[in-house]
Amino acid sequence: MAKLAKSPWLLHYDASSCNGCDIEVLDCTTPRFDIERFGIINTGDPFQADILLITGGVNAQCESVVKQIYSQMPDPKVVVAVGICACTGGVFKDCYNIKGGVDTVIPVDVYVPGCAARPQSIIDGVVKALEILQQKRDAFARSQKSDKS
Amino acid sequence: MMRVLSVLLFLVLAPLVGALLDGIDRIISARMQGRQGPPLLQPFYDLAKLFSKQMVAVNSVQMLLNLSYLFFLAVAGAMLFAGADILMCLFILSTADMFLVMAASSDSSPFATLGAGREMIQMMAYEPLTLLMAVGFYLATGSFHVGDIIQMPHSAVLAMPGFLVGFFFITAIKLRKSPFDLSTSHHAHQEMVKGITTEMSGPTLGIMTVAEYYEMILMLGIVALFFLDAHWWSWIIAIVACLVIFFLEILWDNVSARVKWEQMLGSCWGVTLLTGGLNALILMLIR
Repeated sequence: MAKLAKSPWLLHYDASSCNGCDIEVLDCTTPRFDIERFGIINTGDPFQADILLITGGVNAQCESVVKQIYSQMPDPKVVVAVGICACTGGVFKDCYNIKGGVDTVIPVDVYVPGCAARPQSIIDGVVKALEILQQKRDAFARSQKSDKS
Repeated sequence: MMRVLSVLLFLVLAPLVGALLDGIDRIISARMQGRQGPPLLQPFYDLAKLFSKQMVAVNSVQMLLNLSYLFFLAVAGAMLFAGADILMCLFILSTADMFLVMAASSDSSPFATLGAGREMIQMMAYEPLTLLMAVGFYLATGSFHVGDIIQMPHSAVLAMPGFLVGFFFITAIKLRKSPFDLSTSHHAHQEMVKGITTEMSGPTLGIMTVAEYYEMILMLGIVALFFLDAHWWSWIIAIVACLVIFFLEILWDNVSARVKWEQMLGSCWGVTLLTGGLNALILMLIR
């Protein structure tokens, strides 16, 4: 297994989800699944978050919000799309107001399909994101060093 | 020589011990909630992460004010551990907190401003007891100097048990424990995002966290001051008492819900008047 990033703080945003995936995301913090094992804290603050977890497809109203939250998060950061709607737009794909998956607005690192995505697969996706986050952190540290020299 | 050594040890060890206690706190809290909890060294991982993140700040003054918060807390703690005047130490502690309030209100975020307002209400709630406590130490031992207080034949707590109860009450505010975690919380705190720390990210939040560890050790140091006397074994009692108080704060944190600010102010002043006020009155009468 690759080196996992320590201390990833998580920000959960509900784009236009039916709340099915949101409840499963909250399940991950309960005693049964306990994501704090990985040092993950569910913060509500983009300034302090490392992982952006988005549920639901992006519509015309929340597009600017998703972009703003993403831009407010300091580097290095990763994005996890949870649920089939966040991945591709799902059953709402052809609706007149839906733009599609989250990746139509911001770059997505990990896709977690499912309707609703099960807590097990969400945790699996987040742990995959931790690997990517660690790679990004190493790259960020290298770029900081080369900036100074 | 001993004083210089004690201050140096405080300045170096306080953040490390504070982070370790925070790790123990998080594991105990998790176990109380039926969870496994993070690794013991998680606070160290958090700090390393925060200092390696990109610096995102709305303005440049916030970092300076946060550094002042850290500096004044370190000075307040150093005064206690140097055996200096306890009254002065408590004044500097309040000064440090004002810098945090200024750091939070230096940006335009409504959440940070709301948090700063609540922080000032918290200061209003605990300040009467901290001042009364310094008077209590004087009435009990005849000196404001920490160096003299710990050289008494009997522990100060024998003469001022009421103050210890009151101090336990306000330590919950200082350590940002429920039910008094109004301005910001260690737990998910969504009703006003992260309160006073909303606009702090990466290194700025890291500095604020280190400052909080200094504050934690300072508060436990004052708890120890209640128990220390001229006997060597009083040090063991003091350390055990600190750990017991710390555990009770975690327990209280986990069994209570956040209160509104009116209730916090009312209950804090009520407890201050009942425990501290009565204790001081009795001390004045029997002297």
